[in-house]
Amino acid sequence: MKEIATALVSGLLFGAGLLLSGMADPAKVLNFLDIAGTWDPSLAFVMGGAVLTTAIGYRFALRPPRPLLADRFDLPRTTGIDGRLIGGAALFGVGWGLVGYCPGPAFVGLGLGSASAAIFVLALLAGLGLGRVLSAGNALGPEAAVPQDG
Amino acid sequence: MPTDFTPIASFAGGVLIGLSAVLLMALQGRIAGVSGIAAGLLPPWSGPASWRIAFLAGLVGAAAVAGWVLRIEITQTVTTDGSTLVFGGLLVGVGTVLGSGCTSGHGVCGLARFSVRSLAAVATFMATAGLTVFAVRHLAG
Repeated sequence: MKEIATALVSGLLFGAGLLLSGMADPAKVLNFLDIAGTWDPSLAFVMGGAVLTTAIGYRFALRPPRPLLADRFDLPRTTGIDGRLIGGAALFGVGWGLVGYCPGPAFVGLGLGSASAAIFVLALLAGLGLGRVLSAGNALGPEAAVPQDG
Repeated sequence: MPTDFTPIASFAGGVLIGLSAVLLMALQGRIAGVSGIAAGLLPPWSGPASWRIAFLAGLVGAAAVAGWVLRIEITQTVTTDGSTLVFGGLLVGVGTVLGSGCTSGHGVCGLARFSVRSLAAVATFMATAGLTVFAVRHLAG
């Protein structure tokens, strides 16, 4: 029960952050990516605030031997840069650049009642499922099918 | 179409996103990566799904509360047609599974952990996203 409450509060905070930062608007995201056109550098400030806060917070959060409500820290174990990481990130970037939605803002858009966000989220879920099937069939095993870094 | 540059609100929003990530790590020991959290709802399953649903419900709920309860006007402009939305969604889904994360998992949590993998992923998806926007807006247009 505590686990569900924590995740819900975390999701609410995350959603509030996306809304306040303006990142729930795909137009703002696409303008960040359009350096040669109507450039809006706001996204860099979102990432700056988020990475700074997380980097400082993680120093304290990861200090105890285990999290307050769980048995262990579930951190990515994969190291090294491979074709799968780069290829996957490249595909993600193309999809992100086409629409302006990455997964977080798409779910926020769902809550705003956007039909576009609903279509995108359905396709996103199909893509996630397809990616997991591809990974599992790639002799990498189900373990590798779980996005471990995020 | 130009959008307003909002450094202060955007930085403050980023801080909230960071607090969310720290909360999830401190209490549950988990990375706040939206693509990973959503992907775990699909087969092959491992571990409980309830916290994943709760986190995503928080994302949806924050918007619903802001828009429909607090009556805050939230701008969202989507000019993409239906087939591009579907194609883009599929690419984002497949790409984030193969690439092990998205803007939140790699871009926020990974960079905050000084992960070299995440830095490589962020540099890659920023580059292909920028090139895609350039192609759509300046070459094809």
